[in-house]
Amino acid sequence: MLRFLARRLLGALVITVLISAITFFLFFALPAEPALMSCGKNCTPDAVALINKNLGLDQPVPVQYWHYMAGIVAGRDFTVGHCPAPCFGYSFSNQQPVWGTIVDRFPTTLSIALGGAAVFLVVGTGLGLLAAAFRGTWIDKLFSSLSLVGNALQIYFVGVVALAVLVSGLHWMDNPAYHPITEDPVKWFTGMLIPWLVLSIIFIANYSRMTRSLMIEQLAEDHVRTARAKGMGRRTVFFRYAFRGALAPVVTLFGIDLGSLFGGAIITEFTFSLHGLGRLAVSSVSETDLPTLMGVMLVGCTAIVVANIVVDATYALIDPRVRLA
Amino acid sequence: MTEDILIAEGLTKHFPVLGGFPFRRRVGAVQAVDGIDLTVRAGESFGLVGESGCGKSTTGRLLTRLLEPTAGRIHYRGRDITHATRKELAPVRSEIQMIFQDPYASLNPRQTVGRIVSGPMEINGIDPPGGRTARARELLETVGLNPEHYNRFPHEFSGGQRQRIGIARALALDPKVIVADEPVSALDVSIQAQVVNLLARLRRELGIAFVFIAHDLAVVRHFSQRVAVMYLGKIVEEGPRDDIYHRPRHPYTHALLSAVPDPDGDGGPVRERIRLAGDVPSPVQPPSGCRFRTRCWKARDVCAEVEPVLARADGSGPGHVSACHFPEPPTVERATEVILDPALDPSSPAGD
Amino acid sequence: MDDAFLSVRDLHVRFRTEDGTVHAVDGLSFDVPRGRTLGIVGESGSGKSATGLAVLGLHDPRTTTVTGSVRLGGQEITGAPEPVLEKLRGNTVAMVFQDSLTALSPYHTVGHQIAEPFRKHTGASRREARQRAVDMLGKVGIPHPALRVDDYPHQFSGGMRQRAMIAMALVCDPQLLIADEPTTALDVTVQAQILDLLKDLQQQTGTAIVLITHDLGVVARTADDVLVMYAGRAAERGTVRDVLRTPRHPYTWGLLGSMPRLWTPVDQPLTPVPGAPPSLLTPPPGCPFHPRCAHTERVGGDRCRTERPELPPGRGAACHLGEERTR
Repeated sequence: MLRFLARRLLGALVITVLISAITFFLFFALPAEPALMSCGKNCTPDAVALINKNLGLDQPVPVQYWHYMAGIVAGRDFTVGHCPAPCFGYSFSNQQPVWGTIVDRFPTTLSIALGGAAVFLVVGTGLGLLAAAFRGTWIDKLFSSLSLVGNALQIYFVGVVALAVLVSGLHWMDNPAYHPITEDPVKWFTGMLIPWLVLSIIFIANYSRMTRSLMIEQLAEDHVRTARAKGMGRRTVFFRYAFRGALAPVVTLFGIDLGSLFGGAIITEFTFSLHGLGRLAVSSVSETDLPTLMGVMLVGCTAIVVANIVVDATYALIDPRVRLA
Repeated sequence: MTEDILIAEGLTKHFPVLGGFPFRRRVGAVQAVDGIDLTVRAGESFGLVGESGCGKSTTGRLLTRLLEPTAGRIHYRGRDITHATRKELAPVRSEIQMIFQDPYASLNPRQTVGRIVSGPMEINGIDPPGGRTARARELLETVGLNPEHYNRFPHEFSGGQRQRIGIARALALDPKVIVADEPVSALDVSIQAQVVNLLARLRRELGIAFVFIAHDLAVVRHFSQRVAVMYLGKIVEEGPRDDIYHRPRHPYTHALLSAVPDPDGDGGPVRERIRLAGDVPSPVQPPSGCRFRTRCWKARDVCAEVEPVLARADGSGPGHVSACHFPEPPTVERATEVILDPALDPSSPAGD
Repeated sequence: MDDAFLSVRDLHVRFRTEDGTVHAVDGLSFDVPRGRTLGIVGESGSGKSATGLAVLGLHDPRTTTVTGSVRLGGQEITGAPEPVLEKLRGNTVAMVFQDSLTALSPYHTVGHQIAEPFRKHTGASRREARQRAVDMLGKVGIPHPALRVDDYPHQFSGGMRQRAMIAMALVCDPQLLIADEPTTALDVTVQAQILDLLKDLQQQTGTAIVLITHDLGVVARTADDVLVMYAGRAAERGTVRDVLRTPRHPYTWGLLGSMPRLWTPVDQPLTPVPGAPPSLLTPPPGCPFHPRCAHTERVGGDRCRTERPELPPGRGAACHLGEERTR
């Protein structure tokens, strides 16, 4: 198990470095000059050269990349002063340390993604279990039709409708907003509730359908029949044997969906005007703000990679057969 | 003296086992087949028996060159085909054919029976007199199927009929050798006999040599003139059928024979009772010396140190060789029982 | 026999499929007394496995109808409510399945799977049940049972897994054990171990056993009585000695004639049964075996094609011919 985790972490590190390098070099393929951003209206070529020198943009790209990556590990000295590790540099557009901005924005995105995931995992598999338990009855048929509708929905559409109905129309809730959980858990929860529901709705349909068919498959397995032949009750057989088997593929699907989860979280941010990493990423591209872009990329990438390892480890916990691998 | 048509010398196949950290690398090998010699004579049926994991199927795939051997040589009619290229192999491929166990998986469900049977002729550009279609119909008739079924699909046939289709396909190129890997073990008993009889008729009438691979000793006995017994990648005993079945010298062959349940109850000679304990060891780390010693009731120190060679034991007939330091007396009758299974031994209390 | 522990009368099992209704078991009756082993022999599709499942009431009621009577120690099983069946399963009557790799749960330790029914049926504590699991593993011949009790099934070899499944079935000392092809997936040396083990345990406990198999050799070695099934119906019944020595049904003759042996002279070719078993969607009228039978002419007229032969109680065969062959 330890060895498995160690190998996965090593692989994750390689992937993260690779993606950061691609981002970095692609950036310099852009036809934009970052120095012009900080230079202002009356910009002389000398001023541009000075800025380029201050920002280190006059050096070859691989050297710049090396300095950048080394800064993350060991900190870095700039003309304005020392930037302690992890140093992602200073933003080209607002001259603030990138790390500070990320620390500020990351919890919003993380809250949306984790909360949304929790909602759709619980509700999605729950509905699937109900449909499987009452297979062929009206409950099953109702859920099947609902999941078709759910599949057709999009975040930006559901988001706008949810705002119009729940906030503007019925006044049941306030506009979604981020409050740090450490300051006020209740406010954090109520502020995030609408984004969670909106983000999860597109996943719930998929997960309930998948859980239903997996459960039906598992209930027909030989070992489930053996459990019944031992005299185990319906409930025990359903949860302890069949659900245990259905869980592993659900976890696998979740691992595949991590990318779309973070993508969905970013769309959700936009829909509800929340200030998260997604907004930061988009603005950093339009403002040719390399340090911010790199920072967001690295943090986002790391988050997905770590989540993937957690998913794999969970899988190993559920299915003892993969533990030795 | 008939021609030795297919000869294998020191045939070896090791499958790598990957593992290690941080990079996966080869940490060991499954010694599926470990240095076996065998000779198949023209027109005979050579039986290869053993339990699962003994390497009999791998041997079949090596002989047909579906797998690349790790070491050793294969000669077909005097030609070394061990490392023959695709092109060099083409004429040989058509003369050595294979029949597989699962008649469901080895036929393409989207092809008609006619296409399946004439496929090998198309691929090899063979135009028999009268055309491929006529030849395919003829082959269907040869294996006992209705030639009218030429345009049907495999799923319309029963298991036994599907195996006949597979046999017709193997016959399409007029092979000299057919390697049959468990050809009847997926079939019901009443159907099994139909297919065994069909294969026996083909061997007799067409003079095709068979390498007949099976776990069922009784089936092999009915179909093969010479039999080799495999255990953990090695041939432990080989010889003419009656020598193997009536005068086995290797304890493993003896135990294997005594384990086969017999519907006649007390129809045969006084039957011995040998119950081996446990299962076949892992082929990744086979026991030193004699590979059977961990389950053998006769094993002594020498068995762990010196690997016995395949040779004729005192009292064995010509062509009957066995690899054992302490060969069994040349009879299957036995006065005492050999019970190694702790759960069955009344003298030792069960449990730890 | 009135001391029969298991008594089956006119059992019918019908599966609803997309193509129509499959009449898997068609009017089957048999008894199994305590301490004896009944071998049910048949080829694939003969209804032998469906019979085993019906005795435990394990069929899915949504797709399957079971009618007739199955009595366990006097208690009626067919139509009994699920909670009643749950108390019997794994307790009074237990089952061993063919493929131990798929029939054991990959997600639970072997010990857990053995201990679970013991706890449920006896109310034993977790520790007692675990100790019982270790004892049972030892009893079925697993070396170092105290160390292996926490292993998962995939860490066991095929033979050890089948032993573990037998331990699981016998953990509550059932009065009836149904073994459905318990050795088919195993190598012949391991098969011999398992068959001997079943016999040995039966001698210790007096359990009645129903051994479902396709292999007459297994029946000869292990069973006392035998019931030959063909196309969902009983073809022949009797003691193992009677049926194998003096078979009365042409299908039994065919089965025995098509089996290769280790001892008989090899120059006799095998005599297979021509054709293939009928589809149970549209079973043939009259005797189900008549399309493959070489003796319909001798019976005369259309009798085999129109009139269904009945199996008499006790020793006998469901055949109009009424002939006995000595082998």
